[in-house]
Amino acid sequence: MTMMTQLEAIRCGLSEEMRRDSSVFIIGEDVGLYGGVFGLTGPIWKEFGDDRVMDTPISELTIVGAGVGAAMLGLRPVVEIMFMDFITLAMDPIVNQAAKLRYMTGGKVKVPMVIRMLSGGGLSVSAQHSQSIEAWFAHIPGLKVVAPATAYDGKGLIKSAIRDDNTVIFIEHKLLYKTSDEVPDDDYTVPIGKADIKRVGKDISLITYSGMLPKALAAAHELSEEGIELEVIDLRTLRPLDSATIMESVRRTGKAIVLHEAPLSVGIGAEVSALIMEGAFDYLDAPVVRIAGKEVPSPYNDTLEAQIIPTVEQIVTAARKLRNGM
Amino acid sequence: MGKKSLSTEELVPLYKKMLEIRTLELLIKPLIREGLMRGFSHQSVGQEGVAVGVCSALSDRDYITSNHRGHGHVVAKGADLKRVMAELLGRATGCCGGKGGSMHIADPSLGILGANGIVGAGMPIAVGAALAVKKQGLDSVVACFFGDGAANEGSFHESLNLAAVWRLPVLFICENNLYGMSGPAKKMLPIKDIAIRAKGYGMPGIIGDGNDIEEVHKLTAEAIARAKSGRGPSLLEFKTYRWFGHSVNDAEAYRTREEVEEWKKLCPIHRLRDKLLTRGITQETIEHVESEANAAVEEALEYAKSSPKPEPEAAFRDVYA
Repeated sequence: MTMMTQLEAIRCGLSEEMRRDSSVFIIGEDVGLYGGVFGLTGPIWKEFGDDRVMDTPISELTIVGAGVGAAMLGLRPVVEIMFMDFITLAMDPIVNQAAKLRYMTGGKVKVPMVIRMLSGGGLSVSAQHSQSIEAWFAHIPGLKVVAPATAYDGKGLIKSAIRDDNTVIFIEHKLLYKTSDEVPDDDYTVPIGKADIKRVGKDISLITYSGMLPKALAAAHELSEEGIELEVIDLRTLRPLDSATIMESVRRTGKAIVLHEAPLSVGIGAEVSALIMEGAFDYLDAPVVRIAGKEVPSPYNDTLEAQIIPTVEQIVTAARKLRNGM
Repeated sequence: MGKKSLSTEELVPLYKKMLEIRTLELLIKPLIREGLMRGFSHQSVGQEGVAVGVCSALSDRDYITSNHRGHGHVVAKGADLKRVMAELLGRATGCCGGKGGSMHIADPSLGILGANGIVGAGMPIAVGAALAVKKQGLDSVVACFFGDGAANEGSFHESLNLAAVWRLPVLFICENNLYGMSGPAKKMLPIKDIAIRAKGYGMPGIIGDGNDIEEVHKLTAEAIARAKSGRGPSLLEFKTYRWFGHSVNDAEAYRTREEVEEWKKLCPIHRLRDKLLTRGITQETIEHVESEANAAVEEALEYAKSSPKPEPEAAFRDVYA
């Protein structure tokens, strides 16, 4: 095992897959000499060069569309879109092409492509570089959507995503890049579609993913000192959702909080809440609580930005209320 | 690599192919009336010279991407008439098992990377396929069919640029049929010739008569030779005309009957027929080819009609998340 940051772990997973399979290549803006906006792909470019780490013009639509075409001919492109906000320029090749080609052609075509993109706020990069629009993709039949929150999951999931014969949206959170945990030195994968219980607890199920996991764990730690044991479930995959793990936990605890950074309305939390209503209603002691981002674009000023992203305090307060039956 | 010009004998099967496409597409309105076909369908009647002329210069190893008006492209690239017709009728034996329909016919084993319901969407896919061709060192080119309407999509400009900077083996084939749905090219484009846009992307922009199959073939073969020798993509603009409306429901208020009739005089099929007769192909041979084409389409229709519909459970296959 090696202690590494999530950024290093994802890089490590990408490099290992590129060594293992010559059909894997990275394509995106400023991924080569520049090294990627946070430096993730730089060392990969040094090892593999321009042919496997391809710098493109600023043409998101055609970068993703070219990924579709290359994947149809048997390559395994890993497309990098930098900030997730930019994916709005490339929705057609994702939603109308990659997600649907296998189905529309009666199974004749497969599109083994990974699209990496950065989500989340907290860096004062304001409204067009801070969004978490994962729910858009999780709504589309034919897409897989993953959002790892640890280094271990980052490496294991990027490997699974690359090996998958279908298109996988791979969401990385800016603030998680510097977080570290133990990563195995040998080859391993984390299955797509499987949630992970990051902390076991008997009182309340806290269901979250991506950038909110560290806050969930911090809240669980604080609440533990006052005798409230949170079970923290990291969804890891947002489509297909691992409803079995959610249901098993909620049936045990009888209480659930769903937490995410994306705005509340029509978010992943709404889907998870509905699943719990359908699958564990009789086990619930109280209505499901949702904690999510506020319904405003991300402001620049850090004091303002802090107003819209869920805090540890909010989680702690909500858990206390739920525990006390309020 | 396709020869630059075809012998008279080589033109005969192309005559047949154009007839097959036209005969098939002329069945669409009746089939919709009879309730055998559903949904939207876009006919390419009048444009067969481009589809068959381009594909006659391609080899089995080459690829195409097509658009919403794609029946001609896919048949010209070798899609089986029976399976195409079965797909139009939504049958289990269709190219896509009845799940794609008129706008989504695809068969990668024949190099057909798909018709497409989204205007301009095939262009980035063609660029990616050409990237895969180059990376894998294949002896192939990708021909990307689109219309004058798609030349105003962002994907057109991004794709030409990327294909040019990477010198990819792509042929951008613009079928300028003068209308994007109801939008006349002369109102929607500030230029008469889309081909001049090639200059902005550092590639040759070539204009040809899309209703002259020999010219289409020759210009395509030259562009293929350029692409295969590593000199990169070309933009080929073929002037042509769609005889029918945008789709089967179109009152065609945006053009005159006279204009349509003028273009019908330039029918690519009749022009080739006249050439063949002038060059010594007998009337008998022509008639024989015509009856073969009719019989092939008739057989395809019978095949489609007698094919089973997909089982309801098929709705849930081929989707993975």
